[in-house]
Amino acid sequence: MASSAGRRARASVRGYRERATRASGLSRVGEWWASLPERTRAWIPVAIVVTLAVLYPFYIDSLPTNIPIIVQFPPLHDTVTILVFVMMAVGLNIVVGYAGLLDLGYVAFYAIGAYTAGWLASGQFQQVHFSFGAIGVQSNAGGIHISIWLVLLIAAIVTAVGGILIGLPTLRLRGDYLAIVTLGFGEIIPQFVRNADDLHGFNLSGGTFGINPIDQLGFGNRLHDAVGLPVTYNAYFPPTPDRLFYWTILALLLFTLFCSMRLRDSRLGRAWIAIREDETAAGAMGVPLMRTKTWSYAGGAFFGGIAGAYIATFNSGAFPTQFDFNISVFLLCMVVLGGMGSLWGVVVAGTILAWLNFDGLGNIGSWFNTNILPGSHQIDVPKYSFGIYGVIIVLMMLFRPTGLIPERRRKREIEEGTRGPLDEPLYEMRGADEPGAGERGAGGRVPRG
Amino acid sequence: MLGLVFVALILAWLIYNAVTRTTPFFNVLLIGLTQGCVYALVALGYTLVYGILQLINFAHGDVFALSGLFASTMVGGAVFGLTSSSTTFGLIGGLTATFVIAAAFGALVNSSIEFLAYRRLRNAPRLSVLITAVGMSFIVQNISLAVYDVNARSIPQLIPGADLIHVSGVSYTWDAFFVVVVTAPVLVLLTWLVKSTRHGKAMRATSQDPEAAAIMGINVNRTITFTFALAGALAGVGATLYLVEFNIRYDTGFTLGLIAFTAAVLGGIGNLTGAVLGAIIIGLIQAFNEGPFLDAPGSDWTKTLVFTILIMILVFRPEGLLGERTPEGA
Repeated sequence: MASSAGRRARASVRGYRERATRASGLSRVGEWWASLPERTRAWIPVAIVVTLAVLYPFYIDSLPTNIPIIVQFPPLHDTVTILVFVMMAVGLNIVVGYAGLLDLGYVAFYAIGAYTAGWLASGQFQQVHFSFGAIGVQSNAGGIHISIWLVLLIAAIVTAVGGILIGLPTLRLRGDYLAIVTLGFGEIIPQFVRNADDLHGFNLSGGTFGINPIDQLGFGNRLHDAVGLPVTYNAYFPPTPDRLFYWTILALLLFTLFCSMRLRDSRLGRAWIAIREDETAAGAMGVPLMRTKTWSYAGGAFFGGIAGAYIATFNSGAFPTQFDFNISVFLLCMVVLGGMGSLWGVVVAGTILAWLNFDGLGNIGSWFNTNILPGSHQIDVPKYSFGIYGVIIVLMMLFRPTGLIPERRRKREIEEGTRGPLDEPLYEMRGADEPGAGERGAGGRVPRG
Repeated sequence: MLGLVFVALILAWLIYNAVTRTTPFFNVLLIGLTQGCVYALVALGYTLVYGILQLINFAHGDVFALSGLFASTMVGGAVFGLTSSSTTFGLIGGLTATFVIAAAFGALVNSSIEFLAYRRLRNAPRLSVLITAVGMSFIVQNISLAVYDVNARSIPQLIPGADLIHVSGVSYTWDAFFVVVVTAPVLVLLTWLVKSTRHGKAMRATSQDPEAAAIMGINVNRTITFTFALAGALAGVGATLYLVEFNIRYDTGFTLGLIAFTAAVLGGIGNLTGAVLGAIIIGLIQAFNEGPFLDAPGSDWTKTLVFTILIMILVFRPEGLLGERTPEGA
């Protein structure tokens, strides 16, 4: 009995192999795939996605515009904003995902970045005449005009310093207090720029009108003549400016991703993750807690600053209404949905959510209203966008706290219940009726009275 | 040290204004106290929930706005049909009923939030619960938006703005008096509830040590639900009071909630007396900031001022005015 069964099994294995060799095409691809080194296998999908993204401006016009539900792919102009938001989500992921510190005021960094660009590359301060490498500005124009490329870097550094200044006094606080303080800063800074048009007669921020116009991106005549790079982005007929802005933000985003990845694997990044997992243990192992946390703030802020300065030059203006608390929550939603600490998860979730916000909800709403609800009962879907994000946040937290694409380490943490700075459990409700009560043996934690 | 100098400077500024502009000074003082009463009711909700779950219930401000909107439909519309010309008896009856219904509504909403979201996260990391609270805040806000739309709701002026007491330019109006008349008994009732009833005892026990409380036979989940209901009821009463003087929009709750939370932190979060004290201080600060005084920054800066205070307290005295210092430092 047993031997005949074994023979049959062997025969079926042989048959399978034969069939596999016969269906040669696919299996050869499979074998080739398996023979590749693991590193290469991990990078090929990334390379494909990046290539598709780089070529997007060329094939966007041939994409269909009557797809059910989502209607169409985002037009190039919106894609720039979407990528700026993805970039900010990746920056926020450094603070929330890597270091496990809840930041509810990331919009402050965005605002600082945008206004730094406004101050250093516009005619805001007519009293001074300063120009350094600015493109498309008359030499006798009032105000400070520094090359936008340089301004992107300066904004990043200023914002990082801002992050350190906000972080130093507050990072000692426990997690939820830290969240509130960051929220406070996220509210103060927009209100400050809204009201700072009359600081004892000095107009710092242009008040509700904001600062505009802001200088343009470009490479100038010399580089144009030498290598053919565009003089200024806006000097061309559409869609060329949008394409240039798109490629620039794509490059910035890839740079952010690269930095974020290298940071995660660096000594500093491992210290962040150690703090996230167990602050006390990390401290006992010699991780300097304050310094490490402050660096995570500075790192997150750095990219927020670049994003803010970039969107300011893209929109050619910085306006106080851009910087709501909602933006902070929206970015947090991207990180939560993607999986805290998971870089690719944040990119995917960020792209989806940002697209929903700028295009998708409108498209879906109009499709829904024309195809499902023709008649009087029309729903204004974008009006409830933040309710929808709220639902996403709550559902993710309740049913899949690790996010769409969980980071392996974070997943283990949540499953095993290690405790970072914020990860103290609320309460251990271990009643007699719960099976397996007391297994985790965390002991009686005495909450503060 | 620096804090003391700061406080001294503020006192000097107050005294200067009290001397030079006596009449507006006292008027503003009364406005601040009135405003502080409303903040107190909301701040107590934050403090109650924080005391028992150590959770900042971000949705609390939005529960406030939703119950306020709900109350606005009760008072003016088809239900009670109160107008400024209603009889005194009808006015008292209608308003009392509105307060009770708004309180019940707030309690229902707040405890449903706990039941639907927070309860499932009892063993989850604190970060998860906090993020969920932010999400719930947006959900409740959008429910308000869906039901009551973007327009601000108000009620007819039921309590006359006429003077109750008038002493040399300083006037104390009926509507300000009304706010105090409602708030004071509610606070007394709450104190009695927490200090002297079985439910209150269970709340205090759960807040000290939920496990030990459970061992002693306290139904911890029910106690938590009760706390959320209590906080929601306070928000409902507060929202109705707020309606007497101002109007409410779907997003009123966010800023107001943050201000009230600041008040709770200022007084020492988890401490009931502290919340009331903090709320009155914040109410006064707001009133003086917006009042007609020398170099007062004005209402444009109120939010900045309040949040700066919040940050200063959290950094320099995280246990608040009346809280106890703990080894954790907060």
